[in-house]
Amino acid sequence: MTSTRREFLRDTLVGGGSALAAGLLPAIASGRDNLPRIPTARGLLYDSTLCIGCKACMAACKQANDLPPEHTLAEPYWDTPLDLSGKTKTVIKMYRDGTAAVKDREVDGFAFIKASCMHCVDPSCVSVCPVSAMRKDPGSGIVTNNPDVCIGCRYCVAACPFKVPRFEYDTPFPRIKKCELCEHRMAKGHYAACAAVCPTGATLYGQVEDLLREAKRRLSLSPGEETRFPRGELGGADHDVRAHTARYVPQIYGESEMGGTQMIFLAGVPFAKLGYRPLPTRSYASVSETLQHSLYEGMVMPIAALAGLSFLAYRSRVNHTLLDEEDQPEPAGEQP
Amino acid sequence: MTPFSSPRVLRPSGEHSPVGGRLLTPVTAVLGLLGLVSLFILAVRLVYGLGAVTNINDGYTWGTWIVLDVMVGTAFACGGYAMTVLVYINNNWEYHPLVRPALLTSVFGYTLGGVAIFVDVGRYWNGWAVFHPAYAQPNSVMWEVALCITLYVGVMWLEFTPAILEKAGKIIWLRRTRKIMFILLAFAVLLPSMHQSGLGMVLVAFGDHIHPLWQTNYLPLLFLLTAIAMGFAVVVFESYLTSHGFRRPMETPLLANMSQVMVTLLVIFLCVRLGDVAARHQFHRALELNLQAFCFWCEVILFLAPLLMLMKPANRNRPRLLFYAALCLLQGGALYRLDAYLIGYEQVPGWHYFPSVPEILATLGLVSLEVLGFIVLSKVLPVLPAPHGVAHVNGR
Amino acid sequence: MSITWGRESAARLGMSRREFLGFCTAMAASMGLSAVAGEAMAEAILAPRRPAVIWLALQECTGCTESMLRAEHPTLEKLILEIISLDYNEALMAGAGHQAEAARRASMAANHGKYVLVLEGAIPEKDGGIYCKIGGQTAKAMVLEAAAGAAAVIAIGSCASWGGMPSTPPNPTGCVGAPSIIKDKPVVTIPGCPPNPYNFLSTVVHFLTFGKLPELDHLGRPKFAYSRLIHENCERRAHFDNGRFAMEFGDAGHRAGYCLYRLGCKGPETYANCPSILFGDVGSGSWPVGTGHPCIGCTEQHVGFEKPIHALAALAGQTPPATYPRIVEEQGQGATLASAGVLVAVAAAAAGGGGMVMHNIGKREAESERDTRREEGK
Repeated sequence: MTSTRREFLRDTLVGGGSALAAGLLPAIASGRDNLPRIPTARGLLYDSTLCIGCKACMAACKQANDLPPEHTLAEPYWDTPLDLSGKTKTVIKMYRDGTAAVKDREVDGFAFIKASCMHCVDPSCVSVCPVSAMRKDPGSGIVTNNPDVCIGCRYCVAACPFKVPRFEYDTPFPRIKKCELCEHRMAKGHYAACAAVCPTGATLYGQVEDLLREAKRRLSLSPGEETRFPRGELGGADHDVRAHTARYVPQIYGESEMGGTQMIFLAGVPFAKLGYRPLPTRSYASVSETLQHSLYEGMVMPIAALAGLSFLAYRSRVNHTLLDEEDQPEPAGEQP
Repeated sequence: MTPFSSPRVLRPSGEHSPVGGRLLTPVTAVLGLLGLVSLFILAVRLVYGLGAVTNINDGYTWGTWIVLDVMVGTAFACGGYAMTVLVYINNNWEYHPLVRPALLTSVFGYTLGGVAIFVDVGRYWNGWAVFHPAYAQPNSVMWEVALCITLYVGVMWLEFTPAILEKAGKIIWLRRTRKIMFILLAFAVLLPSMHQSGLGMVLVAFGDHIHPLWQTNYLPLLFLLTAIAMGFAVVVFESYLTSHGFRRPMETPLLANMSQVMVTLLVIFLCVRLGDVAARHQFHRALELNLQAFCFWCEVILFLAPLLMLMKPANRNRPRLLFYAALCLLQGGALYRLDAYLIGYEQVPGWHYFPSVPEILATLGLVSLEVLGFIVLSKVLPVLPAPHGVAHVNGR
Repeated sequence: MSITWGRESAARLGMSRREFLGFCTAMAASMGLSAVAGEAMAEAILAPRRPAVIWLALQECTGCTESMLRAEHPTLEKLILEIISLDYNEALMAGAGHQAEAARRASMAANHGKYVLVLEGAIPEKDGGIYCKIGGQTAKAMVLEAAAGAAAVIAIGSCASWGGMPSTPPNPTGCVGAPSIIKDKPVVTIPGCPPNPYNFLSTVVHFLTFGKLPELDHLGRPKFAYSRLIHENCERRAHFDNGRFAMEFGDAGHRAGYCLYRLGCKGPETYANCPSILFGDVGSGSWPVGTGHPCIGCTEQHVGFEKPIHALAALAGQTPPATYPRIVEEQGQGATLASAGVLVAVAAAAAGGGGMVMHNIGKREAESERDTRREEGK
């Protein structure tokens, strides 16, 4: 071990970059996969074609989470967030093209899209958080932030593939703000406020497995076909809405992106146009953790390196101490 | 001991002495003033929040305080790391005189990097959580980096104690510390290896938020290589700067010999860097007309230039060329990290960031404090090599 | 206004000149016409010969007539007795039976080509139209007969406009609206269940005044009354825009006047001026949505009576307003003159410092080379 270690270290100086690279290569090839979906996970299905842009979800979210209005216009009369922020956990954005005449049409059309936490199956924010402040509930799969330990390093803000966690920059005691699927309301028997208030069922709350099934059902319908769209909670008390099926883009965004998310989307306009870019199915968290663990698994590599380094330093010290104490005038040269 | 021929060197012990002289000079006064300005700005940040003095936002949540002060700053502070590897691990004691000044720059670089982290982190009062086992998060590169940097700052101050003990004349303690120093030295190499590669690994989790010219699984290796190469370059840089500033003789022969390592590291770095971009079939991104591609080529040139300058062994003995090569390498390494963290952080459209005036001044002030600390300590403590081997350890 | 106002005018209309002009101006205003039009109306109404009106009640509930009876300025009786000559209306006239039918035929003959035909109620077509007969004549035959000599045809109420409530699927009588029967002349439709009386009165007076119908939309509805979307003129619109909805009848939001969209309000797909002119002349809030009930869309074919009351409305004519954030919003602070300037200054200072050091090193390099040469020279 020591001799290979020694060679390894010397190589670091004289050409060992390739050796280290060789050490990393197999690690990248194997490693941990995406985390699996939690069977009991809860989430949202947002159907852009049902959304009428009424912003009821935004208003209800502010109320449920006790968030202040955000003023981005010259007149501070309305809550007008441009994006998610430290004051806004969900926002309805609008895609528009050309004359914006027809809803859910890519050319000369418009469409609404919701932004809020995707509650990834394999969340980057949980993986990167240095203090376990970001946590994914093992039962509901809801990703929450614990402000009691959060150090505000904003690694989650920077790393989130969907740019969801936001930070308060204008206060000395800032917090990370993100949608937590109204977890605090669930103890009282309520579910996500945005879904509860949605008049059209565009934002639907439920078990992710059921939501995925419902999304697939909608995709299987032919455009114009009349069907029933559940409102509020899938399988809940609210009555359905009867409406005509829109022309969907044949994709459920969030089914496999980043290893899957618990907030899934349907839309009539390509998702890339709605601010949801194509993403690989392998989660960034699994890529990063594979690399991290292949270097530090069981602390074997670091401990071995420490042993080797100690040996080298010790041997070096012995030579030096001799020189030092005998005050030998010769310079240090070739070592045996 | 192949690449290092045995040069004519200073004696391996008793080779350091304080520079002496007045502490208050125009230079230290200006540095101190800039430092005070930065302390004022940091105080404003603590009272009114980060947004009051910085331009960081949710799009670019890590601004220059993190990228320049921590990511680039600690790379500049890798002199101690590089020299520890070279002298203590690789047993090239002829370079021992260069260790202490390198270590001193490292100690300040890292300490002020720590200060920068402290003020940039939003909820600093929860900092204990990083060290609390209940909240440990081994999946997080940030956790590993934070632990390593904190430990390393402690290790470096310990590694620096001989200078203080020499000054104080505590020979017994000096001998005692020397006996256990080897473990400290092992840590002084392991910890920066871990967190300097970790600083690269931090970006792996960013996925496509990082421009493909920079995003790769080789980021840890590339960051480690630049850290060591910049460590050597900063020793060269700092040596010439002190020669100039303190009107001391130049240490060219020693540096020239050492610069051979830089050449090797540059060759490896450029091979991995360019090979990686080519292997990922992303080279066409370097041919686009945009800021990222431009910066990529600037990087390549800044790494290639010192390599070409120092390739010919005769050139390494020319101080001006050596200094210039070191300068290029430092700029290249700094630009590489700036690119990877800020300029290449580009995938979310609509967001803009440029450091605000107070943000720049705070960074400038922290660097000033670092330089000021170096000047003051090298005047007071036996840090710099004694001129031409006539020195003795104080109190000996 | 220069109108010929005599004692007989005051006696006939039962109002002062001032009141009369006020009425005419109000009528003009409700159609969006100028005060000059009010003057023309005044003259038309004062003309000694009152135009004949034949009002046929078909498959209907008399709600439209009832609505007319509740007009306040003027009252309907003023209209039918003094402004027009209502020669036939089953609900209002005293006569009945063959006598009444004879009077209608007489009037139609006397005023051929000049009378106004008002139709109230749907017209059944199934089984030869036997489901509505008056005096042995089917509604359809009666309409065709009356329309032949009419100067203008006005279909009042949703039933006459497209079939209305009786035509709701499965439509057992196969009934249709007047425009489906009368093909040879334009039919003004005043849908609503019941329609607002002033929309009808204004149309009639417009015809009397200008001798032609007001501008109509593609469904024959006067544009002055049916070009506005209820949703866009609704007093609760602010709540919709702010995402505040009554979740159920009687809840806190409902009592606070929140938007009724979630309860099935059809305002977003219904064109009518209800929120503007209200009903019954009793002041603000006197229209369905104002009282807390969702609009049922009674003026819109395929909405009123067809869509369940609780069903959600489709958002007609929805255009993207400016208050939504775009997918990509420009945010954050880029370089300013000051910040870029400071950065350049710092860089310049660093470069200057580097240059100085370089210069110094070069000088010393040259010196040492000179020394070496000198030593070699010795």
